[in-house]
Amino acid sequence: MNAGNAKTPKLGVQGATKIYHTASGDLLALDRCSLDVHANEIVSIVGPSGCGKTTLLWSMSGLHRLSSGTIRLDGKEITGPHPDIGIVFQEANLLPWRNLDANIHFPFEIKGEKPDRAWIAHLVNRVGLDGFGGKFPRELSGGMQQRAAIVRALALKPSVLLMDEPFGALDSFTREEMNRLVEEIWLDTKTTIVFITHSIEEAIFLSDRVVVLSARPGRVAKEYRVPFPRPRSLEIMATKEVFDLTNTIKMDIVGERVRPKARERGNAEIVRIRP
Amino acid sequence: MSGGDTIPEFSKTKTGDGHEVSLTNLSAFASGPGIRSGAEVAAIIAVAVIIIGGIELALRLFNVPHYIMPAPSAIAYALFDEFPLIAPHLGYTLVELVSGFSIGAIVGLVMAAVITQFPFAEKIVAPYILLLVTTPMLALVPLLILRFGFGYTPRIIAVALAAGPMVMINAATGFRRVDSAKIALARSYGASTLQIFWKIRAPMALPMILVGLMIGAIFGLLTAVGAEMVGGGFGLGNRLTTYSSMIQMPQFFAVVLILSTLGILIYVLFFLIGKKWASWEA
Repeated sequence: MNAGNAKTPKLGVQGATKIYHTASGDLLALDRCSLDVHANEIVSIVGPSGCGKTTLLWSMSGLHRLSSGTIRLDGKEITGPHPDIGIVFQEANLLPWRNLDANIHFPFEIKGEKPDRAWIAHLVNRVGLDGFGGKFPRELSGGMQQRAAIVRALALKPSVLLMDEPFGALDSFTREEMNRLVEEIWLDTKTTIVFITHSIEEAIFLSDRVVVLSARPGRVAKEYRVPFPRPRSLEIMATKEVFDLTNTIKMDIVGERVRPKARERGNAEIVRIRP
Repeated sequence: MSGGDTIPEFSKTKTGDGHEVSLTNLSAFASGPGIRSGAEVAAIIAVAVIIIGGIELALRLFNVPHYIMPAPSAIAYALFDEFPLIAPHLGYTLVELVSGFSIGAIVGLVMAAVITQFPFAEKIVAPYILLLVTTPMLALVPLLILRFGFGYTPRIIAVALAAGPMVMINAATGFRRVDSAKIALARSYGASTLQIFWKIRAPMALPMILVGLMIGAIFGLLTAVGAEMVGGGFGLGNRLTTYSSMIQMPQFFAVVLILSTLGILIYVLFFLIGKKWASWEA
């Protein structure tokens, strides 16, 4: 798949800056944010609320235009939605007037393509939604809705899957279940995944790398490798390594929440994260 | 180029004005007269029998003259006896209602779909639409009759004028609901503006469109009957004025009964359509 230079990142973000023009003035959401995601990697992005995580993800998907900076997929700049990038949104984002089958077929309908029935059946089976095709979203639990959304996102076989706090609204047990499902799917498809979350535990459990964004305006503050082999079991979450890593990341984020005041005073250097 | 983006928000369906009148917020579909069991049907019939029987009894007991209030039995008899004579008038009214409503609804729907795409134009047009909604179109009927004579034309115009703005204002509320996440979903697959309209905006607006059609149809019926009362020689409205001027009260009430049945049929029709196509909303 990655025919060219092995060093070319799957998804490269260079100097991403995003300004929203709102009624109450301009809002700098992302400030020269740079990040490389390599093929077959799972990268999580964590950061304080409102730090621009979702903005970064929407920019990576081509849904938002950056004010400046570039997003490159396999080395080629993208300026709009790309068929090779799938998105899983917050809170499933299923269309309530369609049953599950029709929701999953939605991407094909838009593209004017015939649904790949064998692949869809495989995915539906993988996430455990067999026999629910005729149900409407309101008839399903949040976890099942999000499973369907994952199937929808993978239906067109994207090589990159962007997940925007997909399990934020689920209870913690369902969330763990979903995390294992994501890993299973990854082992199955090796799709490159960028995962946004509020939960540090979730980020560590899932990721090869955890990227910490600074408070708004967001930029990459820190990056941690998570060295555990896959498939991971929930038991690794009880190890000291994970505990320490969780605390370190938590301190990064909490520290970030305190620090922006210093930044407003204009002393940008203090703001930089400790090395 | 990035100026058009808005901060991503989720699960916040935005409506234009925040408050939707209870009649239009789909409680009509969600909690309408959903009859569930045979016992409920039996209870409803029993209540009807008691009320109608009670009225009949009271009218006979107190010897109320028929020109003040005819007995239910007399009304029922008049309905069957006079129906062949009333039927053509029912036909006239239905022709006015269906053609006027169709014209008004189509124009109203198209205008709502177009105008909501241009927020600035919408702001300018809104007061005039409100004026159209609030002005009783009946008031224009004498003028329309002067212009177009005593035939179908003035009444069809009046019905269209009454129904159209009702359909439009409700449909516009529906089209104004913006769920940026759902539109983003469609855009992420490269959907065109037209695809976003047909696959996201239109289905999202459908419940409100149905409410608009229902209210528009009922307003259309009112206007059709009213317009027939103003002048001309046919229609159920004309029957009402004729029968009352001849003090044929049982026949008069028979026509009223037909009219309320029409109204109920309109409601039930849209209720069933809503249940089938827009029940996801509730």
